[in-house]
Order: sequence, then structure tokens, then C-alpha cells
Amino acid sequence: MKAIAAQTLTKRFGAFTAVDAITFDVAAGEVFGFLGANGAGKTTAIKMLVGLLAPTSGEARVAGFDVHSQRDDIRRSIGYMSQRFALYADLTVRENIQLYGAIYGLSDEAIAAGTTAMLERLNLPGHADDFVASLPLGWKQKVAFSVAMLHEPKIVFLDEPTGGVDPITRRQFWELIYEAAARGTTVFVTTHYMDEAEYCDRISIMVNGRITALGTPGDLKREFDAATVDELFVRLARPAGATEAGSAA
Amino acid sequence: MNVNALRAFVVKEFRHILRDRQTLIVLLSMPLVQVILFGFALRSDVRNVRVVLVDPSPDYASISLRSRFAATDRFRVVATSATADTIEPLFRRGAADLAVVLEPEFGGHLGRGEPARVLIASDASDPNTGTTMQNYARAVISAWEQETVARRGAVRIAPETRMQFNPTLESVNLFVPGLIALVLTLVSALMTAISLSREKERGTLEVLLVSPLRPAQIIVGKVLPYLVLAFANVVTALLAAWIVFHVPFRGSVTLLIAAALLYSGLSLALGIFVAAKTNSQRTAMFTAMLVTMLPNALLSGMIFPIASMPAWLRPVTFIVPARWFIIVARGIMVKGVGVAHLRLELLVLLVMTIVLLASSIRSFKPRLA
Amino acid sequence: MGKRFGDVVALQDVSFDVRGGELFGLVGPDGAGKTTLFRILTTLLVPDGGAATVLGLDVVRDFWAIRRRIGYMPGTFSLYPDLTVAENLEFFASVFGTTVERGYDLIAPIYRQIEPFRDRRADALSGGMKQKLALSCALVHRPDLLFLDEPTTGVDAVSRREFWDQLGILRASGLPILVSTPYMDEALRCDRVALIQQGRILEIDPPREIGKRYSRPLLAVPAEGATRYHLLQTLRGFSHAYSVYPFGEELHYTDRRAGTAPDAIATELAGYLRAHGLRDVEARPIAAGIEDAFMALMSQGANELADAAA
Repeated sequence: MKAIAAQTLTKRFGAFTAVDAITFDVAAGEVFGFLGANGAGKTTAIKMLVGLLAPTSGEARVAGFDVHSQRDDIRRSIGYMSQRFALYADLTVRENIQLYGAIYGLSDEAIAAGTTAMLERLNLPGHADDFVASLPLGWKQKVAFSVAMLHEPKIVFLDEPTGGVDPITRRQFWELIYEAAARGTTVFVTTHYMDEAEYCDRISIMVNGRITALGTPGDLKREFDAATVDELFVRLARPAGATEAGSAA
Repeated sequence: MNVNALRAFVVKEFRHILRDRQTLIVLLSMPLVQVILFGFALRSDVRNVRVVLVDPSPDYASISLRSRFAATDRFRVVATSATADTIEPLFRRGAADLAVVLEPEFGGHLGRGEPARVLIASDASDPNTGTTMQNYARAVISAWEQETVARRGAVRIAPETRMQFNPTLESVNLFVPGLIALVLTLVSALMTAISLSREKERGTLEVLLVSPLRPAQIIVGKVLPYLVLAFANVVTALLAAWIVFHVPFRGSVTLLIAAALLYSGLSLALGIFVAAKTNSQRTAMFTAMLVTMLPNALLSGMIFPIASMPAWLRPVTFIVPARWFIIVARGIMVKGVGVAHLRLELLVLLVMTIVLLASSIRSFKPRLA
Repeated sequence: MGKRFGDVVALQDVSFDVRGGELFGLVGPDGAGKTTLFRILTTLLVPDGGAATVLGLDVVRDFWAIRRRIGYMPGTFSLYPDLTVAENLEFFASVFGTTVERGYDLIAPIYRQIEPFRDRRADALSGGMKQKLALSCALVHRPDLLFLDEPTTGVDAVSRREFWDQLGILRASGLPILVSTPYMDEALRCDRVALIQQGRILEIDPPREIGKRYSRPLLAVPAEGATRYHLLQTLRGFSHAYSVYPFGEELHYTDRRAGTAPDAIATELAGYLRAHGLRDVEARPIAAGIEDAFMALMSQGANELADAAA
């Protein structure tokens, strides 16, 4: 069974089509990079997949559940982390873990065990009772990712998780992603760092609401004759001669 | 339902509340402050009524009655005169609340067993208190009558009561000045507070600061448009009062509008001052409301008479701008007085406005920290 | 120069200069102190220690004079969302006592791209267009020095490129520009770069020089597809490995042995990997780039701090 399967998924806001009949799927345990320029429709597409927005038309199944009718089941089966918000800044690390653990229905023992394991893995054992606001950005993001994984979801959605993070922590973050994938978790990630796109098993590129490329980084580079994903992206997202349309976000 | 999740969520909310010290202090202390202030301010009884006694032909009986008024602590005799023409000016100046006019040959009538008339006129431009003051006066007179005349015989006094300035006791006449004060304060202070703090939060203020614009320019630039808005509000409010409720307009409309604009300027300056001192839009809004609505409602004399407040609280009302404006507004609208009688109040408002503007400009730092 | 906020030291011992006509980059992650530094230089904050001059004027004493002459684009978008493109531009021109006409030729290459939308409200613009408008507003009064605080944050790769193309054009006109960014690759577009981390400047050099101080042998190992993670783990297991980090479609391997020839190491690695079942993997020596240098300086700094604390 595919972890994510979208079929002509569409979202219209009045006369404006944000997501235009996209079709793609993601296999279980895959690390999938969902790329696109700002305003291309990425965020809208993700919101439909995680059950935050109802599609205008088309189908999609996440973790086997239908995005139209089984949104609650989807929410229970996935983890979500975005760049803008992941944890409550005025709570401590431990308090955040307790909160999310309880929300996802974990027992107290499971929460305690998860807390210890997470802090050890991230090398932060002495910082359990620090306020999240006092942590450096890179640590915040790593903790946020671990919290999203606490209830061992089948799929985890990461929306630009490494924006502005220092280069070492960025790479440590991606090692966490690899470990999760190795355990069988499907990782659906968006990013503006093109070198991170290379780390994915497969990627897709969205331009003006449509998917214009879908495949492994290697295949796509060969297909479009690009040396790096960065070049590939530039070629697809802004075809020669076209200027920015300036559509509303 | 996942009770555990619910519990965890409630715990989280408690943590947020407890850790936001500033808001917590306000939320806990505000009700307490309100209860205390309300308790003291809310008095249905009236004290310290300033009474003018008019006695055209003093004699033993009239002097005896007059001394009753002097003796009780509900009344304070501010003037004694032989003629009734002193009443009007005193009322206009706001120097007296009640007038007790004894008929000529007061004692003579009583001695002969005839009814002796007493006229009681109260300055009913002050809401709630007009009737009460009248009743107190009647009570004093009745008590005196029981004790003295009753000893002599069975002649009664028939007091006539007349509500000066507001004969029909329309409460809307009394409330509109206070209402105007409230509306002006709210719109002005809140709007400028929000406008400035929004600029801070959005980040555009940073760019403005790193420009040749001086704080004075920014502040005045923010106040002026709202002054225009305030003018529109004043005019519409007055029109509504006049057309819909037929509130009297005895004094100069120009003066009233000018005074209202001055008062708006004061509130706008207050809003800027609040925003300059606070860090977020939410805090600015909250503080602006706290600093304007509460004092306006409780301490301005709009609802609860200042004269009834305990002695220690009365001076506190001096710093409530609305208190002064309401005197001006009532004076102009209900009593029809002119600038000459309102010099003190207008001066106070002017000084307050200047002080607030100057403080805002000074506390508006040209840097972020 | 130094700055602290309560217990938090935002900047420490920061010293550098920017010359006329230079495009100077301040490169470092979020929280490094870039915005604090910018705010001091644009006279919004006062330093706790040390001093700074901008255009020869002291940031503390002569701040009004400085404010007349600089252009500033702060980190958060500094536009009025409910005003149109044209209205925003006119407002910022008038605040500096000038008009759009007088500044037009300077902003033209940028502004022309959004001019067709001059009557559109700023909040209806895409991120890239907002950037261009903000840049135009910062330039319209013909400043003598331009400060851009993270102008490309949250913007996609293509818009970032276009923005830096614009900066190149501006630089060519002789305007000194100080830009901060968390993106290491943008550093390559600058004349000189200062790497900043946790309030300290790690190094200042032209971008191509920065890698030169990299003391250890550096090799790139191509890694693609499913074997990438396995390759990473295996390389880390090599006894002489100092660090192994993913870099796009390659892994950057740094060896401990500072003096050893990289070619020799390449052969060693090939042998080691073959022994672990990874054939046809060819390591090749490379020169250190900015990101490699930054990461080395970061961990060096961390080690020094740890040693100092021990």
C-alpha cells in the first residue's frame, strides 16, 4: 500500500487555482522531497494531505485513509512539523513532550521512556527542563522533529524544517530523517535548500500549481541535463524568458 | 474522548497563563481594584450637598430652620442671601447644588397658623442626585417642622420643588455629556494605541526610525488623522442626541465642539503614550482600555457622583480627564454656560493634553532599546 | 564591539570594516547575532562595548546624520500591506524628503519588474515581489550605504538568484552594500565575507580565500541513491576519519591527518570501501568551500569553548 497516493488533487480559491490536478504517490519508508517556488502551491497541497484543507476535487489517500472522509484517522497516523511553529516556547522541553504525548494517546510510561530515549539520542540529557525559547534554533528543530515522531507515526510531514539553521545542525537533522526512514517511517519534506533535495529518494517540483517533474534526483538531472538539483530547479521553476507572474500567494 | 489529552491540554493552558506574569497581574488585580472602587464610588446616598439659603426676612423661625441645614453633614451651606437672584449664577458656576428659598415673612405666617412656603430648587443637570437632594431637603424641613411647629400647633410647610435646568428630568440629557466623553475617549485612545503598536509589531517602525523622521513628526502624524475622525464622531453623536432624543443645547455649539476636540486630543495623546510604553498590540490595547474605561466609568462623575465618594477618593478624580470634560459638556449643553464659567476646566484639559503629548514624544525613543 | 541583552551575550569582540563599493556579506545561522549587529550599525541599538562608525559618523553620537544617508531593509518585511506598490514607494521617498522621480534611475532595474503592478496592494504580492519592492523603497532616496538584513529568507532558490543579480548591478554602480544571510552559497557572490556564529566573527576574507585556511585534507565522495546512508556510516567508521558530512550529491570526508597527501588518502578510502562491499566509489580531493570552512570553524569554536570551560 502506498503511504501517500494523490489523484488529480485540486484546490481552487474562487477563480484562482492553487493546486491543479496533481497526481503522485509516495511509497512506504521513502524520503520524498516536495519542492517548488513560493506561491507554487506546495503549502496548499500539504494542507490538503494532512487534513487541514478540504480539496475542491480529486482524490488522495494518506496512510490508507481518505482525505475527504477520514481526516481524523489521518491526523492520528501522521506527524507534522513546520518551520514557523513546532513547540510552545514558554514550556520546557519535557512539558512539550508530555503535552504531545498525551494528545496522541500515549501512556505515561511510554511518554517517559520516549523522553529519555529522545534526549539521549539528541545529546541533550541535561536540558529536559529548559524552556524551549532558550534553545538555539537548531536544537529546537531537532527536538520538534523528535516530538513529531514520538507517537511513531507511519508518515511524517516536514514543512521547511531547516530554514536558517546552521550547516552542521542541518546535516544532523537529516541524519535523524535517515534513521526514521530506516525504521520504516515515510518522510514527506519540503525545503528551499537544493542540496537537501539531493538527499531524498525521489523528488517532485511544483510550478504554478502543477507537478512538472517527478522522479529520483539522478533520473531528473539526466532527463533535464542538469548537473545539480539547483540547476534543475532553476530551469523548471523559471523557464527562460518568463518573468514572475506575481500571482497572489 | 481522550481524557488524558484533555487534561494535558488544560495543564498547558495553565502554564501559559501562569508564565505570562504581566497579563496575570492585570487579570488578578483588575477585578479587585474594580470591586474596591465600585464599593466606594457607588453610593446612592448623597453627601456634601452645597446649599444656598435664601431668606428675605430673617426671623426666629427662619433662622432656626436655616441652622438645621447647617447642622447636618449632608448639607453644606455655601451662601446665604436675601434675594433669589443669587441662585442662578451660583448654579451656573457649579458652586451650588441646591437652593432653599424661604417665603418672605416666613415666621410670621407660621405664627399666624398659615402655611409657610418653601421653594426647593436643585441643579438637576447632575444625574441621579437631583431627586435625592430634594428628598433630603424635604426630610430636614419635615423634621424641623415636627419638632418646632408641632410644638406650636398643626401648621405645615408645603415645599415646592423644582428641578432647575432639567425640569422634566430627562435622564438622557444627563447622560449624553458623559456618553460623549466615553465615546471620544474610547475611539481616540484605543485607535492611536493600536496604530502605533501595530507599526512596532509589523517592523515598519524600524524603517521609519532609521530615517530622518523625528519622533515628534511620527507622533503628530499619527494623531492628526484621528482628530479628524474624532471630530466626525462628535458631530454625529451630538446630532443623534439632538435629533433622536431632543437633548437641549442651551450653550454655544462651537464651544462644545472645540472642547470636545481638545478632549479628543488628550485621549489621542494618551493612546500614543500607552503604545510608546508597551511592547505588543495586545498589551497596548488592554492597557489603553484599562486606563480609560475604568476611570471614566467610575471616577469621572458620569454615573456615580463625586461628592458622594469618600474624602480620600475625591482628589483622585482630579487626574481623570473625563471628570473635567463632563463638567464642561454638561455646563454647555444643559446649563448653557459660556467660556467664562468654564475657564478652570478648560485650562486643566489643555495642560493635561500638552503634558501627555510632551511625555509621549519624550518617551518615544529614537532607538529600539 | 559588544552587545548583551540581560544575561545573553548577543555580540562579542566584533571588529570589521566595509570599504567603499564593496558588497560585504555577513554569513551565519539564525541566532548568530546578525540582526543585532545590523541594528547597532543602523543606529537602532547602542553597543555595550566598543564603537562603530558608519560613513565616518559615530553610531551613538551622530545618529541623525547617519539616518539621512543610509538605506535599510530589516529582516521582517517592512512594507505597509494595505498600501499599494506605488504608495509604499512614494511614502518612503517623501519620508527622506525626496521624490520617486529623483531616485528612479537608481531603482529602475528592480522597480521596472514590479511597476506593472503599481496599483496592487502590497499584501497581494508574492514573496519575491515584496522583496523587490522593499529593496526599491530602501534605495529610492539614493543612500550612500545600503543595509540588507536577510533579504532572501524564506524565498525560493530562483528568486534568491534574481535578487543577488540585482545586488550585483547595484554594486557595479559603486554603492557599498552590507548583506546578511544564512545561506552559505550566497556568500560566493560577495566581495568579502564575515562568518559569524554565536555572536563572534570567525573569519573575514574574500569568499574564495576562506577555504584556504582549511587545515585538513578534504575529499568528495559521490553518493547517490539508496546506498548513501550506508556509505555515510561506513566512511565514519574509517579510523582516520575526522568528519563526514553530506553535501548534496556527494559526501565530504575530512581526514584527521593534517599533513597527508589527499591522493594517497583517496586510494586508502577506495580500498577500505571495497572491503566493506562498496565498489566503484571514487573519492577525489577538493578545495574547501565556504560551508566546509564554516563548519570546521564552528566545531573548532565549540571545542575551544569546551576546553575553556573544562
